[in-house]
Amino acid sequence: MARRGRFQAVVIGVSSGGVQALKRLLGQLPADFPLPILIVQHISPDAGNGMAKLLDQLCAIRVKEADEQERVLPATVYLAPPNYHLLVERDGLLALSADAPVSFARPSVDVLFESAAAVFGAGLIGIILTGANYDGSRGVQRIKAHGGVVVVQDPADAETPQMPLAALAATTADHVVALADMAALLQRLAGGTAAPRRQGEASDA
Amino acid sequence: MAMMPGELEDVEIRLLLEGLQQVYGYDFRDYADASIKRRLTQWLAESAFATFSQAQSQLLREPELFVSLLQGITVNVTEMFRDPSFFRALREQVVPFLKTYPFVKIWHAGCASGEEAYSMAILLNEEGMAGRYRMYATDIDEAVLQKATEGVMPITEMQRYTRNYQKSGGTASFADYYTARYDRAILSPSLKKDIVFAPHNLVADAEFGEMNMVLCRNVMIYFKPTLKERCLRLFDNSLLAGGFLCLGLKETLERRKMGDRYDEVAPGSRIYRKRYG
Repeated sequence: MARRGRFQAVVIGVSSGGVQALKRLLGQLPADFPLPILIVQHISPDAGNGMAKLLDQLCAIRVKEADEQERVLPATVYLAPPNYHLLVERDGLLALSADAPVSFARPSVDVLFESAAAVFGAGLIGIILTGANYDGSRGVQRIKAHGGVVVVQDPADAETPQMPLAALAATTADHVVALADMAALLQRLAGGTAAPRRQGEASDA
Repeated sequence: MAMMPGELEDVEIRLLLEGLQQVYGYDFRDYADASIKRRLTQWLAESAFATFSQAQSQLLREPELFVSLLQGITVNVTEMFRDPSFFRALREQVVPFLKTYPFVKIWHAGCASGEEAYSMAILLNEEGMAGRYRMYATDIDEAVLQKATEGVMPITEMQRYTRNYQKSGGTASFADYYTARYDRAILSPSLKKDIVFAPHNLVADAEFGEMNMVLCRNVMIYFKPTLKERCLRLFDNSLLAGGFLCLGLKETLERRKMGDRYDEVAPGSRIYRKRYG
Protein backbone atom coordinates (compact mmCIF):
# COMPACT_ATOMS: atom_id res chain seq x y z
CA MET A 1 0.00 0.00 0.00
CA ALA A 2 2.68 2.48 -0.99
CA ARG A 3 0.67 5.60 -1.65
CA ARG A 4 1.99 9.09 -2.08
CA GLY A 5 -1.00 10.98 -0.67
CA ARG A 6 -1.76 11.44 2.96
CA PHE A 7 -4.67 9.03 3.11
CA GLN A 8 -4.52 5.25 2.92
CA ALA A 9 -8.06 4.10 3.65
CA VAL A 10 -11.68 5.07 4.27
CA VAL A 11 -13.91 3.42 6.86
CA ILE A 12 -17.68 3.90 6.92
CA GLY A 13 -20.20 3.06 9.64
CA VAL A 14 -23.90 3.00 8.84
CA SER A 15 -27.04 1.47 10.28
CA SER A 16 -30.73 1.99 9.58
CA GLY A 17 -31.27 3.72 6.26
CA GLY A 18 -27.92 2.36 5.18
CA VAL A 19 -28.84 0.64 1.94
CA GLN A 20 -30.14 3.85 0.37
CA ALA A 21 -27.28 5.94 1.77
CA LEU A 22 -24.60 3.55 0.51
CA LYS A 23 -26.23 3.32 -2.91
CA ARG A 24 -26.07 7.09 -3.23
CA LEU A 25 -22.57 7.56 -1.81
CA LEU A 26 -20.81 4.65 -3.50
CA GLY A 27 -22.76 5.22 -6.70
CA GLN A 28 -21.04 8.58 -7.09
CA LEU A 29 -17.51 7.25 -6.73
CA PRO A 30 -15.43 6.41 -9.81
CA ALA A 31 -14.22 2.85 -10.50
CA ASP A 32 -10.64 3.99 -9.89
CA PHE A 33 -11.20 5.72 -6.56
CA PRO A 34 -7.66 5.56 -5.16
CA LEU A 35 -8.38 4.26 -1.63
CA PRO A 36 -9.82 1.07 -0.18
CA ILE A 37 -13.17 1.56 1.58
CA LEU A 38 -14.14 -0.66 4.51
CA ILE A 39 -17.78 -0.62 5.59
CA VAL A 40 -19.73 -1.84 8.57
CA GLN A 41 -23.43 -1.80 7.86
CA HIS A 42 -25.60 -3.20 10.64
CA ILE A 43 -27.39 -6.16 9.17
CA SER A 44 -29.31 -9.25 10.30
CA PRO A 45 -27.10 -12.26 11.18
CA ASP A 46 -28.86 -14.40 8.58
CA ALA A 47 -28.58 -11.94 5.72
CA GLY A 48 -26.56 -13.43 2.89
CA ASN A 49 -24.06 -11.49 0.82
CA GLY A 50 -26.86 -10.02 -1.31
CA MET A 51 -26.07 -6.49 -0.18
CA ALA A 52 -22.52 -6.58 -1.58
CA LYS A 53 -23.76 -8.09 -4.83
CA LEU A 54 -26.48 -5.47 -5.18
CA LEU A 55 -24.10 -2.55 -4.56
CA ASP A 56 -21.53 -4.05 -6.90
CA GLN A 57 -24.11 -4.11 -9.68
CA LEU A 58 -25.26 -0.56 -9.01
CA CYS A 59 -21.88 1.12 -8.55
CA ALA A 60 -18.91 1.75 -10.81
CA ILE A 61 -16.49 0.97 -7.99
CA ARG A 62 -15.97 -2.71 -7.13
CA VAL A 63 -17.94 -3.84 -4.06
CA LYS A 64 -17.47 -7.19 -2.31
CA GLU A 65 -18.01 -8.91 1.00
CA ALA A 66 -14.78 -9.02 3.03
CA ASP A 67 -13.02 -12.39 3.23
CA GLU A 68 -10.74 -13.32 6.07
CA GLN A 69 -7.05 -12.64 5.43
CA GLU A 70 -7.86 -10.76 2.28
CA ARG A 71 -5.38 -8.08 1.25
CA VAL A 72 -6.84 -4.58 1.24
CA LEU A 73 -6.66 -3.07 -2.25
CA PRO A 74 -7.36 0.43 -3.56
CA ALA A 75 -10.50 1.08 -5.61
CA THR A 76 -12.35 -1.66 -3.73
CA VAL A 77 -15.20 -1.53 -1.23
CA TYR A 78 -15.28 -4.25 1.44
CA LEU A 79 -18.48 -4.91 3.39
CA ALA A 80 -18.32 -6.68 6.75
CA PRO A 81 -20.10 -10.04 6.48
CA PRO A 82 -23.25 -10.58 8.55
CA ASN A 83 -22.55 -11.90 12.07
CA TYR A 84 -18.79 -11.12 12.00
CA HIS A 85 -16.76 -8.13 13.12
CA LEU A 86 -14.39 -6.73 10.50
CA LEU A 87 -10.88 -5.63 11.53
CA VAL A 88 -7.63 -4.65 9.83
CA GLU A 89 -4.25 -6.17 10.63
CA ARG A 90 -1.01 -4.18 10.67
CA ASP A 91 0.16 -5.94 7.51
CA GLY A 92 -2.89 -4.68 5.60
CA LEU A 93 -4.86 -7.92 5.69
CA LEU A 94 -8.50 -8.00 6.67
CA ALA A 95 -9.52 -10.06 9.69
CA LEU A 96 -12.90 -11.34 10.82
CA SER A 97 -13.96 -12.02 14.38
CA ALA A 98 -16.92 -13.82 15.92
CA ASP A 99 -16.40 -12.12 19.29
CA ALA A 100 -19.43 -10.93 21.22
CA PRO A 101 -21.50 -8.10 19.76
CA VAL A 102 -20.31 -4.59 20.70
CA SER A 103 -23.05 -2.01 21.34
CA PHE A 104 -25.47 -4.84 20.44
CA ALA A 105 -23.95 -5.01 16.98
CA ARG A 106 -21.94 -7.62 15.09
CA PRO A 107 -20.46 -6.33 12.88
CA SER A 108 -19.76 -3.26 15.01
CA VAL A 109 -18.63 0.10 13.67
CA ASP A 110 -16.47 0.71 16.77
CA VAL A 111 -14.55 -2.53 16.26
CA LEU A 112 -13.70 -1.65 12.65
CA PHE A 113 -12.87 2.00 13.37
CA GLU A 114 -10.66 1.24 16.37
CA SER A 115 -8.61 -1.38 14.58
CA ALA A 116 -8.31 0.75 11.42
CA ALA A 117 -7.23 3.78 13.47
CA ALA A 118 -4.40 1.74 15.01
CA VAL A 119 -3.20 0.60 11.57
CA PHE A 120 -3.69 3.68 9.37
CA GLY A 121 -3.27 6.45 11.99
CA ALA A 122 -3.40 9.88 10.38
CA GLY A 123 -3.97 8.20 7.02
CA LEU A 124 -7.54 7.23 7.85
CA ILE A 125 -10.82 8.87 6.93
CA GLY A 126 -13.74 7.74 9.10
CA ILE A 127 -17.33 8.40 8.04
CA ILE A 128 -20.52 8.05 10.07
CA LEU A 129 -23.78 7.90 8.12
CA THR A 130 -27.44 7.46 9.05
CA GLY A 131 -28.30 5.14 11.93
CA ALA A 132 -30.47 4.68 15.00
CA ASN A 133 -27.87 3.98 17.70
CA TYR A 134 -24.53 5.18 19.03
CA ASP A 135 -22.20 2.54 17.56
CA GLY A 136 -19.20 4.28 16.03
CA SER A 137 -18.89 7.12 18.52
CA ARG A 138 -15.96 5.46 20.33
CA GLY A 139 -14.47 4.66 16.96
CA VAL A 140 -14.47 8.28 15.74
CA GLN A 141 -12.82 9.34 19.01
CA ARG A 142 -10.07 6.83 18.37
CA ILE A 143 -9.62 7.98 14.77
CA LYS A 144 -9.20 11.56 15.97
CA ALA A 145 -6.77 10.49 18.69
CA HIS A 146 -4.61 8.88 16.00
CA GLY A 147 -4.67 12.02 13.86
CA GLY A 148 -7.19 10.82 11.28
CA VAL A 149 -10.07 12.74 9.71
CA VAL A 150 -13.71 12.32 10.75
CA VAL A 151 -16.63 13.03 8.42
CA VAL A 152 -20.20 12.91 9.70
CA GLN A 153 -23.38 13.01 7.67
CA ASP A 154 -25.35 16.16 8.55
CA PRO A 155 -27.98 14.86 11.01
CA ALA A 156 -30.61 17.00 9.28
CA ASP A 157 -29.81 15.13 6.07
CA ALA A 158 -29.76 11.64 7.61
CA GLU A 159 -32.73 9.29 7.34
CA THR A 160 -32.12 8.42 11.00
CA PRO A 161 -30.03 11.07 12.79
CA GLN A 162 -29.05 9.32 16.08
CA MET A 163 -25.78 7.80 14.91
CA PRO A 164 -24.45 11.05 13.37
CA LEU A 165 -25.60 12.95 16.48
CA ALA A 166 -23.81 10.50 18.78
CA ALA A 167 -20.62 10.81 16.72
CA LEU A 168 -20.80 14.61 16.83
CA ALA A 169 -21.34 14.50 20.59
CA ALA A 170 -18.31 12.24 20.97
CA THR A 171 -15.79 14.20 18.94
CA THR A 172 -15.22 17.28 16.82
CA ALA A 173 -15.83 16.25 13.24
CA ASP A 174 -13.60 17.69 10.51
CA HIS A 175 -16.50 17.77 8.07
CA VAL A 176 -20.28 17.67 8.53
CA VAL A 177 -21.85 17.31 5.12
CA ALA A 178 -24.98 16.16 3.34
CA LEU A 179 -24.83 12.83 1.59
CA ALA A 180 -25.08 14.53 -1.80
CA ASP A 181 -21.78 16.33 -1.18
CA MET A 182 -19.87 13.48 0.40
CA ALA A 183 -18.51 11.77 -2.71
CA ALA A 184 -17.01 15.05 -3.91
CA LEU A 185 -15.44 15.61 -0.50
CA LEU A 186 -13.95 12.12 -0.52
CA GLN A 187 -12.55 12.63 -4.00
CA ARG A 188 -10.95 15.88 -2.91
CA LEU A 189 -9.43 14.30 0.21
CA ALA A 190 -8.27 11.19 -1.61
CA GLY A 191 -6.83 13.25 -4.44
CA GLY A 192 -4.34 14.56 -1.92
CA THR A 193 -4.91 18.18 -2.91
CA ALA A 194 -5.73 19.24 0.64
CA ALA A 195 -2.65 20.26 2.60
CA PRO A 196 -1.76 17.56 5.11
CA ARG A 197 -2.46 18.82 8.60
CA ARG A 198 0.09 18.26 11.28
CA GLN A 199 -0.33 14.99 13.10
CA GLY A 200 -2.00 15.84 16.42
CA GLU A 201 -0.15 15.29 19.67
CA ALA A 202 -2.59 12.50 20.36
CA SER A 203 -3.70 13.38 23.83
CA ASP A 204 -4.12 10.40 26.09
CA ALA A 205 -7.77 11.22 26.71
CA MET B 1 10.67 11.24 19.00
CA ALA B 2 8.09 9.71 21.30
CA MET B 3 5.94 6.87 20.05
CA MET B 4 2.20 7.24 19.59
CA PRO B 5 0.35 5.64 22.52
CA GLY B 6 -0.92 2.88 20.25
CA GLU B 7 2.56 1.93 19.05
CA LEU B 8 3.84 1.81 22.60
CA GLU B 9 1.02 -0.53 23.51
CA ASP B 10 1.95 -2.82 20.61
CA VAL B 11 5.47 -3.08 22.05
CA GLU B 12 4.09 -3.85 25.51
CA ILE B 13 1.82 -6.56 24.11
CA ARG B 14 4.70 -8.23 22.25
CA LEU B 15 6.80 -8.25 25.42
CA LEU B 16 3.92 -9.64 27.48
CA LEU B 17 3.15 -12.46 25.04
CA GLU B 18 6.84 -13.38 24.98
CA GLY B 19 6.87 -13.50 28.79
CA LEU B 20 3.69 -15.57 29.02
CA GLN B 21 5.13 -18.09 26.59
CA GLN B 22 8.31 -18.48 28.63
CA VAL B 23 6.61 -18.66 32.02
CA TYR B 24 3.42 -20.61 31.32
CA GLY B 25 4.10 -22.29 27.98
CA TYR B 26 1.01 -20.81 26.34
CA ASP B 27 2.09 -19.28 23.05
CA PHE B 28 -0.13 -16.55 21.63
CA ARG B 29 2.51 -15.02 19.39
CA ASP B 30 0.89 -16.64 16.34
CA TYR B 31 -2.53 -15.23 17.09
CA ALA B 32 -3.52 -12.50 14.62
CA ASP B 33 -2.78 -9.05 16.06
CA ALA B 34 -6.04 -7.16 15.67
CA SER B 35 -8.32 -9.47 17.63
CA ILE B 36 -5.86 -10.46 20.35
CA LYS B 37 -5.08 -6.81 20.89
CA ARG B 38 -8.76 -6.07 21.23
CA ARG B 39 -9.26 -8.90 23.71
CA LEU B 40 -6.16 -7.96 25.73
CA THR B 41 -7.20 -4.32 25.84
CA GLN B 42 -10.62 -5.34 27.08
CA TRP B 43 -9.05 -7.42 29.84
CA LEU B 44 -6.80 -4.50 30.78
CA ALA B 45 -9.73 -2.08 30.93
CA GLU B 46 -11.51 -4.38 33.39
CA SER B 47 -8.35 -4.93 35.47
CA ALA B 48 -6.79 -2.71 38.09
CA PHE B 49 -3.80 -1.94 35.84
CA ALA B 50 -3.26 1.12 33.70
CA THR B 51 -0.82 -0.43 31.21
CA PHE B 52 0.34 -3.88 30.10
CA SER B 53 3.79 -3.11 31.49
CA GLN B 54 2.22 -2.59 34.91
CA ALA B 55 0.20 -5.78 34.64
CA GLN B 56 3.11 -7.86 33.39
CA SER B 57 4.96 -8.14 36.69
CA GLN B 58 1.97 -9.71 38.44
CA LEU B 59 0.85 -11.73 35.43
CA LEU B 60 4.20 -13.50 35.33
CA ARG B 61 4.14 -14.22 39.08
CA GLU B 62 0.49 -15.03 39.81
CA PRO B 63 -1.00 -18.00 37.96
CA GLU B 64 -4.56 -17.06 39.04
CA LEU B 65 -4.22 -13.70 37.37
CA PHE B 66 -2.84 -15.36 34.27
CA VAL B 67 -5.86 -17.68 34.17
CA SER B 68 -8.19 -14.69 34.04
CA LEU B 69 -6.18 -13.27 31.15
CA LEU B 70 -6.15 -16.66 29.41
CA GLN B 71 -9.92 -16.72 29.49
CA GLY B 72 -10.07 -13.20 28.14
CA ILE B 73 -7.75 -14.12 25.27
CA THR B 74 -9.25 -17.45 24.29
CA VAL B 75 -12.96 -16.99 24.92
CA ASN B 76 -14.92 -17.96 21.87
CA VAL B 77 -18.47 -16.75 21.85
CA THR B 78 -20.80 -19.27 20.32
CA GLU B 79 -24.41 -20.33 20.31
CA MET B 80 -26.47 -23.45 19.72
CA PHE B 81 -27.07 -24.12 16.04
CA ARG B 82 -25.10 -21.01 15.05
CA ASP B 83 -25.53 -20.71 11.27
CA PRO B 84 -28.64 -22.88 10.87
CA SER B 85 -27.82 -23.37 7.18
CA PHE B 86 -24.61 -25.15 8.20
CA PHE B 87 -26.44 -27.57 10.48
CA ARG B 88 -29.06 -28.18 7.81
CA ALA B 89 -26.30 -29.10 5.35
CA LEU B 90 -24.79 -31.42 7.96
CA ARG B 91 -28.10 -33.13 8.50
CA GLU B 92 -28.98 -33.50 4.84
CA GLN B 93 -25.64 -34.06 3.16
CA VAL B 94 -23.21 -35.45 5.73
CA VAL B 95 -25.21 -37.58 8.14
CA PRO B 96 -26.34 -40.00 5.39
CA PHE B 97 -22.64 -40.87 4.87
CA LEU B 98 -21.91 -41.10 8.59
CA LYS B 99 -24.82 -43.52 9.00
CA THR B 100 -23.08 -46.03 6.75
CA TYR B 101 -20.41 -46.59 9.44
CA PRO B 102 -21.10 -48.79 12.48
CA PHE B 103 -19.39 -46.19 14.66
CA VAL B 104 -18.00 -42.71 13.95
CA LYS B 105 -15.46 -40.53 15.72
CA ILE B 106 -15.76 -36.75 15.69
CA TRP B 107 -13.28 -34.12 16.84
CA HIS B 108 -14.73 -30.75 17.70
CA ALA B 109 -11.69 -28.46 18.06
CA GLY B 110 -12.17 -25.20 19.95
CA CYS B 111 -15.53 -26.19 21.43
CA ALA B 112 -15.58 -23.37 24.05
CA SER B 113 -18.58 -23.80 26.36
CA GLY B 114 -19.97 -26.64 24.25
CA GLU B 115 -22.95 -25.07 22.46
CA GLU B 116 -22.04 -26.48 19.06
CA ALA B 117 -21.02 -29.87 20.47
CA TYR B 118 -24.45 -30.22 22.08
CA SER B 119 -26.09 -29.03 18.86
CA MET B 120 -24.24 -31.82 17.03
CA ALA B 121 -25.37 -34.34 19.63
CA ILE B 122 -29.00 -33.29 19.18
CA LEU B 123 -28.70 -33.60 15.43
CA LEU B 124 -26.99 -37.01 15.52
CA ASN B 125 -29.42 -38.40 18.08
CA GLU B 126 -32.39 -37.24 16.02
CA GLU B 127 -30.89 -38.98 13.02
CA GLY B 128 -30.78 -42.27 14.91
CA MET B 129 -27.06 -42.27 15.70
CA ALA B 130 -27.25 -42.18 19.51
CA GLY B 131 -24.66 -44.56 20.93
CA ARG B 132 -22.96 -44.91 17.55
CA TYR B 133 -20.55 -42.01 17.82
CA ARG B 134 -18.02 -40.49 20.14
CA MET B 135 -17.35 -36.77 20.02
CA TYR B 136 -14.06 -35.43 21.38
CA ALA B 137 -14.76 -31.79 22.16
CA THR B 138 -11.56 -29.91 22.98
CA ASP B 139 -10.52 -26.44 24.01
CA ILE B 140 -7.36 -24.74 25.26
CA ASP B 141 -9.15 -23.31 28.30
CA GLU B 142 -9.92 -25.81 31.07
CA ALA B 143 -12.29 -23.47 32.89
CA VAL B 144 -14.49 -23.17 29.83
CA LEU B 145 -14.39 -26.96 29.42
CA GLN B 146 -15.69 -27.32 32.96
CA LYS B 147 -18.58 -25.11 31.97
CA ALA B 148 -19.13 -27.16 28.82
CA THR B 149 -19.24 -30.38 30.86
CA GLU B 150 -21.97 -28.95 33.06
CA GLY B 151 -24.18 -28.16 30.08
CA VAL B 152 -26.04 -25.33 31.77
CA MET B 153 -27.03 -22.26 29.78
CA PRO B 154 -28.87 -19.01 30.46
CA ILE B 155 -32.60 -19.54 29.94
CA THR B 156 -32.75 -16.19 28.15
CA GLU B 157 -30.84 -17.72 25.20
CA MET B 158 -33.32 -20.53 24.64
CA GLN B 159 -35.70 -18.56 22.47
CA ARG B 160 -32.91 -17.72 20.03
CA TYR B 161 -31.55 -21.27 20.11
CA THR B 162 -35.02 -22.67 19.45
CA ARG B 163 -35.32 -20.45 16.38
CA ASN B 164 -31.88 -21.55 15.16
CA TYR B 165 -32.77 -25.19 15.79
CA GLN B 166 -35.99 -24.96 13.80
CA LYS B 167 -34.27 -23.21 10.90
CA SER B 168 -31.61 -25.93 10.89
CA GLY B 169 -34.20 -28.61 10.16
CA GLY B 170 -34.75 -29.89 13.70
CA THR B 171 -37.42 -32.56 13.84
CA ALA B 172 -38.44 -32.52 17.51
CA SER B 173 -39.43 -29.96 20.11
CA PHE B 174 -36.32 -28.09 21.29
CA ALA B 175 -37.81 -27.71 24.77
CA ASP B 176 -37.46 -31.49 25.22
CA TYR B 177 -33.69 -31.10 25.32
CA TYR B 178 -33.48 -29.02 28.48
CA THR B 179 -35.03 -28.53 31.88
CA ALA B 180 -35.72 -24.96 32.96
CA ARG B 181 -34.59 -24.21 36.49
CA TYR B 182 -34.97 -20.56 37.55
CA ASP B 183 -32.85 -18.56 35.09
CA ARG B 184 -30.99 -21.56 33.74
CA ALA B 185 -31.55 -24.27 31.17
CA ILE B 186 -30.02 -27.61 32.10
CA LEU B 187 -29.32 -29.73 29.05
CA SER B 188 -30.56 -33.30 29.02
CA PRO B 189 -28.00 -35.94 30.17
CA SER B 190 -28.83 -37.95 27.04
CA LEU B 191 -26.90 -35.33 25.06
CA LYS B 192 -23.77 -35.71 27.16
CA LYS B 193 -23.11 -39.41 27.21
CA ASP B 194 -21.37 -39.59 23.82
CA ILE B 195 -19.27 -36.44 24.28
CA VAL B 196 -15.81 -36.37 25.89
CA PHE B 197 -14.63 -32.87 26.82
CA ALA B 198 -10.82 -32.63 26.99
CA PRO B 199 -8.10 -29.97 26.96
CA HIS B 200 -6.16 -29.53 23.72
CA ASN B 201 -3.97 -26.68 22.51
CA LEU B 202 -3.96 -26.23 18.73
CA VAL B 203 -0.67 -24.32 18.95
CA ALA B 204 1.30 -27.16 20.54
CA ASP B 205 -0.57 -30.47 20.83
CA ALA B 206 -0.76 -33.42 18.44
CA GLU B 207 -3.56 -34.69 16.23
CA PHE B 208 -6.38 -37.05 17.14
CA GLY B 209 -6.30 -40.28 15.11
CA GLU B 210 -8.81 -41.68 12.65
CA MET B 211 -11.62 -39.18 12.79
CA ASN B 212 -14.65 -39.34 10.50
CA MET B 213 -15.34 -35.67 11.06
CA VAL B 214 -13.46 -32.64 12.35
CA LEU B 215 -15.26 -29.41 13.23
CA CYS B 216 -13.32 -26.23 13.82
CA ARG B 217 -15.51 -23.23 13.17
CA ASN B 218 -14.52 -19.60 13.73
CA VAL B 219 -11.42 -20.56 15.70
CA MET B 220 -8.70 -20.26 13.06
CA ILE B 221 -9.95 -16.81 12.03
CA TYR B 222 -7.99 -15.59 15.06
CA PHE B 223 -4.71 -17.18 13.94
CA LYS B 224 -1.87 -15.93 11.75
CA PRO B 225 -1.42 -17.81 8.45
CA THR B 226 1.42 -20.00 9.78
CA LEU B 227 -0.63 -21.25 12.73
CA LYS B 228 -3.66 -21.72 10.51
CA GLU B 229 -1.60 -23.95 8.22
CA ARG B 230 -0.46 -25.96 11.24
CA CYS B 231 -4.04 -26.52 12.35
CA LEU B 232 -5.18 -27.55 8.90
CA ARG B 233 -2.31 -30.09 8.77
CA LEU B 234 -3.40 -31.43 12.16
CA PHE B 235 -6.96 -31.83 10.95
CA ASP B 236 -5.85 -33.39 7.68
CA ASN B 237 -3.69 -35.93 9.55
CA SER B 238 -6.58 -36.69 11.90
CA LEU B 239 -9.14 -37.35 9.16
CA LEU B 240 -9.80 -40.68 7.49
CA ALA B 241 -10.27 -40.68 3.73
CA GLY B 242 -13.91 -39.89 3.08
CA GLY B 243 -14.05 -37.89 6.32
CA PHE B 244 -15.48 -34.38 6.66
CA LEU B 245 -13.84 -31.12 7.69
CA CYS B 246 -16.25 -28.39 8.81
CA LEU B 247 -15.10 -24.76 8.91
CA GLY B 248 -16.84 -21.46 9.70
CA LEU B 249 -18.95 -19.90 6.96
CA LYS B 250 -16.27 -17.33 6.14
CA GLU B 251 -13.38 -19.83 6.16
CA THR B 252 -12.32 -21.69 3.05
CA LEU B 253 -9.81 -24.27 1.81
CA GLU B 254 -9.37 -22.32 -1.41
CA ARG B 255 -5.77 -21.23 -1.85
CA ARG B 256 -4.72 -23.77 0.82
CA LYS B 257 -2.07 -26.41 0.20
CA MET B 258 -4.38 -29.26 1.17
CA GLY B 259 -7.36 -27.79 -0.64
CA ASP B 260 -6.90 -29.93 -3.76
CA ARG B 261 -7.48 -33.11 -1.78
CA TYR B 262 -10.89 -31.96 -0.53
CA ASP B 263 -14.24 -31.31 -2.19
CA GLU B 264 -16.81 -28.92 -0.78
CA VAL B 265 -20.00 -30.87 -0.12
CA ALA B 266 -22.24 -28.01 -1.25
CA PRO B 267 -21.10 -24.58 -2.49
CA GLY B 268 -20.69 -22.18 0.43
CA SER B 269 -21.38 -24.86 3.06
CA ARG B 270 -17.70 -24.89 4.15
CA ILE B 271 -18.04 -28.64 4.70
CA TYR B 272 -15.18 -30.36 2.92
CA ARG B 273 -14.87 -34.07 2.21
CA LYS B 274 -11.44 -35.67 2.08
CA ARG B 275 -10.90 -37.69 -1.09
CA TYR B 276 -10.04 -41.36 -1.14
CA GLY B 277 -6.51 -42.15 -2.28
